[in-house]
Amino acid sequence: MEHGQFFIYLLIMAGSTYLIRAVPFAAVRKKINNTFIKSFLYYIPYTVLTAMTFPAALYATNSMLSAAIGLAVAVAFAIWGKDLTVVALASCVAVYISECVIGLF
Amino acid sequence: MLKIKSNFLRGLKSGIPIGLGYLSVSFTFGIMAVSMGFDWWQAVLISMTTVTSAGQLAGIGIMVNPGQYIEMLISQLTINIRYSFMAVSLSQKADGKFNGIYRWLLGFFITDEIFAVAVNEENVTRSFFSGLAVIPYLGWTLGTLAGALLGNILPDSVMSALCIAIYGMFVAIIAPKAKKEKKLLGVVAVALAISCLFYYLPVLREISSGISISVCAVAAAAIGALVFPVKEDA
Repeated sequence: MEHGQFFIYLLIMAGSTYLIRAVPFAAVRKKINNTFIKSFLYYIPYTVLTAMTFPAALYATNSMLSAAIGLAVAVAFAIWGKDLTVVALASCVAVYISECVIGLF
Repeated sequence: MLKIKSNFLRGLKSGIPIGLGYLSVSFTFGIMAVSMGFDWWQAVLISMTTVTSAGQLAGIGIMVNPGQYIEMLISQLTINIRYSFMAVSLSQKADGKFNGIYRWLLGFFITDEIFAVAVNEENVTRSFFSGLAVIPYLGWTLGTLAGALLGNILPDSVMSALCIAIYGMFVAIIAPKAKKEKKLLGVVAVALAISCLFYYLPVLREISSGISISVCAVAAAAIGALVFPVKEDA
């Protein structure tokens, strides 16, 4: 890739991503009292993560079955109260094992 | 002074699982970028300046075509608009001293996972947030570097298993909280249903993932705010 073009793209990508984070963060100083906005802001991170995870995660591995097993293991470990790293590793191990088993047939 | 140090260290520790999760995700990003024709240093530079998974993936897809600057801007804005909502949400919890220049500097590090951990704090201090950002940022950078340099040596089965890591991490953020709060569980179910509509229905499935994630998240959160308003200080 041509360097000049790369840096223009990089500037647009990094610049817009930075501003979209920093401007609202720096601009909003007052406490928000509106119940609707407060509730909306409370829910938004969870709805974003849900939308990113499902159903996209089912297509992230070599087979839909192994991905479904990986997700199920993640849900089980998370409800069991394990922390982020343990949950993520457990789901990787579950995917790896189930793909080995699938490979046997 | 002692409090600043202990907050920083506590943040640092909270960032370890995020950093580990980022290692595997950015590793995949590094591999993809190099396979699309980017130099290793370009992949690393993208990760160090942008620090966002979905935005970067869409970004390199656009960069391989010449001159699509407007497309780049539009895709980044729609994919990343969620960060604005998170930033406003985080601004409500920021400590009194976490102001002005500190917000301009540390706002750079608002990612889904850093936000999710920070927002669990009663009061977010500058020191906690700075500590929290360190290991995820290192993980994101080093993972990209490793993927770009030596991605091709890992067997396919290991790569496949690593690809679920980021989603496992998302589940770990959502599930325990949804188990405790029935309202949140309902909102998550709504988000899940809308997300499936966008993924499988004709016409809707043609919409790029960045836009459909934003629409789905905003719609589900708005429905949640109308039907299950959060009354106490959440």
